[in-house]
Amino acid sequence: MVSEAVATPMPTRDVDGFLCDSAQWTPALAEALAREVGMTLTPEHWQVLTFCREDFARQGVSPGVRRVAQLSGIDMKALYRLFPKGPGKLAAKLAGIPKPKSCL
Amino acid sequence: MQSTATPVLHAAPRADAEPTRKVAIICSKGTLDMAYPGLILGNAARMSGIDVMMFFTFWGLEIIQKKRAAALRVPTVGNPSMHIPTMLGGLPGMEAMATKMMARGMKKLDIPDVPEMLQILADAGAKLYACGMAMDMFKLTKDDLVPQIEGVLTAIDFFDKAEGAQIIFI
Repeated sequence: MVSEAVATPMPTRDVDGFLCDSAQWTPALAEALAREVGMTLTPEHWQVLTFCREDFARQGVSPGVRRVAQLSGIDMKALYRLFPKGPGKLAAKLAGIPKPKSCL
Repeated sequence: MQSTATPVLHAAPRADAEPTRKVAIICSKGTLDMAYPGLILGNAARMSGIDVMMFFTFWGLEIIQKKRAAALRVPTVGNPSMHIPTMLGGLPGMEAMATKMMARGMKKLDIPDVPEMLQILADAGAKLYACGMAMDMFKLTKDDLVPQIEGVLTAIDFFDKAEGAQIIFI
């Protein structure tokens, strides 16, 4: 999923590490952000990230974990297994979308 | 510092090598309005990657009883936030009506009910415990509790498990 050979400058991020402009996201960037937190992205991670980006594009807001669990095809337990450092923030961060506002 | 293989980092993110944060939430009240703050805070903490343990004690046991979890009520007496005179709040049916209205409002906002919140917390890896002494007081056994409850603890066990955690009392 990554073209390692291409040098991509890291777009500007906010103080919490979220991209300031989600349009600057690329799959290679997600891989780089994942490495930063010691993660390697699997097809299941990509299923979540793709859902998050598509949902953000449709709804204009980042989905909360409950919504991701209900609609992405990856259930709640699996989400926490895939993103042990917190699927709420981490999935959005790697998907290049803003920090979710939902507490659910 | 620039690498040709990977994106270059401009803003340094917060250190990820930090030890995992921990919160311990004590739920001591059994009304609907006092159940949600703990449940929502616990879930938000797990969403953020914070370890969560919840300790249900005294009236908080209402939240985790099979028979009660889906039937918590909003108090209308002695609750100035209802903005109705206390005497009216005491009339028959007022509490049921207030509870129904709140439940309807929450459903509209797609807020899960209490049993679903407990399931979400368990799936999210929050550890849920009941207070042993309060259980004895109310003559409850583990069979009376929802299955998501991991165990029954004494207050001393609670402090052992909550070592290093930020404690929130509700």
